[in-house]
Amino acid sequence: MAELIPQTVPPVPSDAYVPVAGDFAFLDRADILTDTNYASLSYWKGVFIHFFKNRRAVIGLVIIAVIVLLAVFGPMMNSYGYRDIVQFRNESNRRVVAKALEPRVPWLHELVTGEPYDDSFADRTFLFGTDDLGRDLWTRTWHGTRVSLLVAFVTIFIDVIIGMSYGLISGYFGGLTDIVMQRFVEIANSVPRLVIVSVLAIFMPKGMGLVIVALLLTEWIGMSKIARAEMLKIKEQEYVLASRTLGAGSGHIIFREILPNTIGPIITQMMFSIPTAIFTEAFLSFVGVGIVLPQCSIGTLIEEGFNNITILPYQILPPILVLALLMLGFNFIGDGLREALAPKLEDM
Amino acid sequence: MVKYVFKRVGMAALTLLIIVFLLFWLVRVMPGNPFPSERMSDVQIAAKRAELGLDDPILVQFRNYVAKLLKGDFGNGTSLYYGVPIKTVLRTAVSNSFRIGGFAILLGTAVGLLLGITAALNRGRFLDGFCTVFSIIGVCVPSYVFLIFLQYTFSFKIPFFPYFFDADRFAFSSVMPALSLSLFTMSTIARFTRNEMVEVFDSDYVRLAEAKGMYGGKLVRAHVLRNALIPIVTVLAPLVVDLLTGALVVEKIYGINGIGKLMVDAITGEGIDYNYVLALGILYSTLYIAVMLLVDLLYGVLDPRIRVAAKEED
Repeated sequence: MAELIPQTVPPVPSDAYVPVAGDFAFLDRADILTDTNYASLSYWKGVFIHFFKNRRAVIGLVIIAVIVLLAVFGPMMNSYGYRDIVQFRNESNRRVVAKALEPRVPWLHELVTGEPYDDSFADRTFLFGTDDLGRDLWTRTWHGTRVSLLVAFVTIFIDVIIGMSYGLISGYFGGLTDIVMQRFVEIANSVPRLVIVSVLAIFMPKGMGLVIVALLLTEWIGMSKIARAEMLKIKEQEYVLASRTLGAGSGHIIFREILPNTIGPIITQMMFSIPTAIFTEAFLSFVGVGIVLPQCSIGTLIEEGFNNITILPYQILPPILVLALLMLGFNFIGDGLREALAPKLEDM
Repeated sequence: MVKYVFKRVGMAALTLLIIVFLLFWLVRVMPGNPFPSERMSDVQIAAKRAELGLDDPILVQFRNYVAKLLKGDFGNGTSLYYGVPIKTVLRTAVSNSFRIGGFAILLGTAVGLLLGITAALNRGRFLDGFCTVFSIIGVCVPSYVFLIFLQYTFSFKIPFFPYFFDADRFAFSSVMPALSLSLFTMSTIARFTRNEMVEVFDSDYVRLAEAKGMYGGKLVRAHVLRNALIPIVTVLAPLVVDLLTGALVVEKIYGINGIGKLMVDAITGEGIDYNYVLALGILYSTLYIAVMLLVDLLYGVLDPRIRVAAKEED
């Protein structure tokens, strides 16, 4: 047995260094620990910065913002309702209807021609004019835009939920589930949208409901494909395995763990689906199975403009311009988002 | 490869059969009956139903319908062109739509390719910008709006082209609808060609070819175009279907007696014509599936990599 050597603690020399709080505090000093010269960015902050660097994307965003604002507040900017015929009594107490007026701004007219209008509506402003029945086109245009946007947003929102769930579930489980679900998608994808609309038109009354259901039945497919592709990419990652090891159920893993990571591409797809929805709505309404009177939408406005084109050629312009700008804006935003979410090295 | 082709064709045929059945089933289970006349008594209706075989089980009815379909018989119209065999009406409509649609595809593809190639070769210069703006406008504005403008300008203001379609002067009066239909194809193809070509220009193998001393037209033809054009087939396919099946609104506006107009009439006309809806639905689906199948197979022929992948899959 070894002999125990008594240990003695050497006495602290009285002039030894006494530590102070500041000595060990440097670990908490953020300015040293974080590299501010090459600061790391959170994913979404990077996307944000990339998106706003893209000139086209910003233009798109501005266009859409302006149109949405006008669709919300435009109809309130004057006192005419979208169904109201503008009429009032003139000096001789006769009822006059503001029928088929060209776009007019009284002060501008006076400035250009030097004299005011000499008809009964001399002091009234109609930015887009009035139609053949005497309805104010400014109000109608923005009301129609509102209806079209509403239809598009509602359908795309529901489509995202359906398509995303479908794609995520199909991709997550794989195997037989995936095969069956994908065969179904293949068949659903082989039915042209027009055929769906024509069959639906037999069942359903014409109107907003028909447009929404027709879009619901077709637009979810693209969404589900993207969600499935994302799921296949993500499901092999470690955090999914970790979550499963800790006992999480499939539902939790799919919707709480993986779904938030697929949101980028899905939002991008949304930006491309919304114009499709607006286009389809416009075309169905033009043909006469979409939005019905007394409601109006971009499609019905274009149709009314087309019917009056030989007498009021300017009437068709506002809805067409709004439609084209909506397409442009959403496409620009979609392109911008796609680039921002998956930036190529050369763009960095 | 043969096995792959057979598998694809089999899948397409099966899909089509399922769709035809679904359409048939939906039309049959629909509320209402095909004899709207109130003057018919119950006995008469029952007799008529028995005559048309409407009391048979749905599968028997379906078998009879498919047997007729295979002989090219779509049945008769119920309300639209009442009693006239659908086949006769469909033949004229298909011929009109295909001719105008085909014209539009040729024009759109040719000009689109030309624009796209020019833009890619002049990257960053004026022509590139012009091509971009052009293709943006073409994608953002529906074809019927173009037709409305053409009609207003060249038929109404300057009366040169006929205001409506005229079957006696087919070529002359199909200029405006074909032109407006082709604009979407044109701009899509132009944008796609440009982007594909730019991507191929930046690829390693083109750099290598350049490093070895290849330049100019030969480089573009032998390396860039060949590789850039393959994906365009996939973009072109859905456009072809859209155009062949007749852009509905364009045909409606210009009064062209095509499939698109027939479809609009079948949906919105006086009462919906079930048999027309069914026949047109089958026609549309068949065309759509056939073109998609063709693209799949063509893709394999054009791109050796896909052929190999398909072989490994077998």
